[in-house]
Amino acid sequence: MDKRFEHLQAAHCENGVTTALLKHRGVDFITEPLAFGIGSGLFYIQIPFLTVNNGPAISFRTMPGAIFARTCKSLGIQVVRKKFSREDQAEAYVDRLVQEGIPVGCQVGVFHLPYFPVEYRFHFNAHNLIVFDREDDRYLVSDPVMETATQLTVSELTKVRFAKGPLAPQGQAYYPIVKIPVDHQIIRSAIIKGIKRNIRDMLHIPGGFAGVNGIKYTAKRVRRWRDKLGARRGGLFLGQIVRMQEEIGTGGGGFRYLYAAFLEQAHAYLQDDELLRISEDFTKAGDMWRHNAVKMAGVYKGRTTEQSDFDEIADRMEEIREVEKSAFKRLSSIKSLK
Amino acid sequence: MKKEEVPQDKSALANFTREVCYVKNEEGKYETVLSTGWEVKAQALDSAWDEVKERIEEARQAVIRGEKSPIYYFMALKLMDMPVISDYTGIWPFFIKRHQRPSVFRRLSDRVLKKYAKAFEITVEELKNFKG
Repeated sequence: MDKRFEHLQAAHCENGVTTALLKHRGVDFITEPLAFGIGSGLFYIQIPFLTVNNGPAISFRTMPGAIFARTCKSLGIQVVRKKFSREDQAEAYVDRLVQEGIPVGCQVGVFHLPYFPVEYRFHFNAHNLIVFDREDDRYLVSDPVMETATQLTVSELTKVRFAKGPLAPQGQAYYPIVKIPVDHQIIRSAIIKGIKRNIRDMLHIPGGFAGVNGIKYTAKRVRRWRDKLGARRGGLFLGQIVRMQEEIGTGGGGFRYLYAAFLEQAHAYLQDDELLRISEDFTKAGDMWRHNAVKMAGVYKGRTTEQSDFDEIADRMEEIREVEKSAFKRLSSIKSLK
Repeated sequence: MKKEEVPQDKSALANFTREVCYVKNEEGKYETVLSTGWEVKAQALDSAWDEVKERIEEARQAVIRGEKSPIYYFMALKLMDMPVISDYTGIWPFFIKRHQRPSVFRRLSDRVLKKYAKAFEITVEELKNFKG
């Protein structure tokens, strides 16, 4: 191996995998917030009529795989990605790569992931980790949400790579190839592109259930949950929002702090002070999401379960929508981004 | 969130890992801090698990009462909804629903039972003989 792979802990698995793989390939400037922002990671969506784990299907980030693909593409980095139908072929592929000293990203399901606390093992299939070496029957694994590198046996890794259900990983493995050195100019234009795409996704996406309008869509539903589902199940639905928003992987405040950190770092490349002021807006949005989480906890703990409590939560969500909407509008009016 | 406000509450992450939080430091700049967890979301996870446990118990009672087959119980136990179990077994949801009926379950071949047992990570015997 030409260069020892270094484990890197991150807030979110896909950002972390992207950052660590690119750093290993000599793209030194990359940080988790930059990978997140260049990949236009911030999002909001509630998929209508769909429930996941008996709660609303809500996400505060863009779809799985998009951050890695977009960030690499914007930086002029080639991505090799392979899917497998056969387990032995999927194993052989990863073996060959790590033997050549190429750390490889793998999409996995967390239900059978042995080093995760059992409380976190739902059938969630869009987790990512890096395999960077093999010693006998064990792979050395860098999972970005863990504090240190960890290990999986060959059969354990195959099992999680072939988890089934929605978003099944199908053994997917991927790695970047850096062909042209990433210079300052490429970084600048990648940042601009990432911001513009995020403005489009949050302000102009049609349908009414995604982007900033998606927050309003959920708020409207929250008002009806108590009548429709009862206080207890309504509370569980709110609990699902809190988990999507705050659980390990989000960096806190539904990825809003991560985006604020991105804008702060983007300022170093674009030198426009307006970015710092808008970064503050996203910090504020993150704080508001967190305050609302405290209020929602009151419902699922059974302390405050009146209709007025559901209404207050919905009202606050609408306020958050306004803050995020005006922040993205401010971003879209920055001249240096045009 | 300010650096000094980062919660360090007890959570299911204990003894496994701590999580990265993005926070504002004293100079108003972003940096990362490790957190052991936050009570507010730990309770969200707890109440989600309370509901799972209730559903498992209800499924167990339904098997005892003879209303549902063991497939119904093990799906609850392994947190599998229809899309998940269908993908693991390769059996269509329409048939899985039928297999949840005790009368249909009793007539299933070992070949079909094997698919379920593999998905549930148990033996065919354990699946067949589950009485609740």
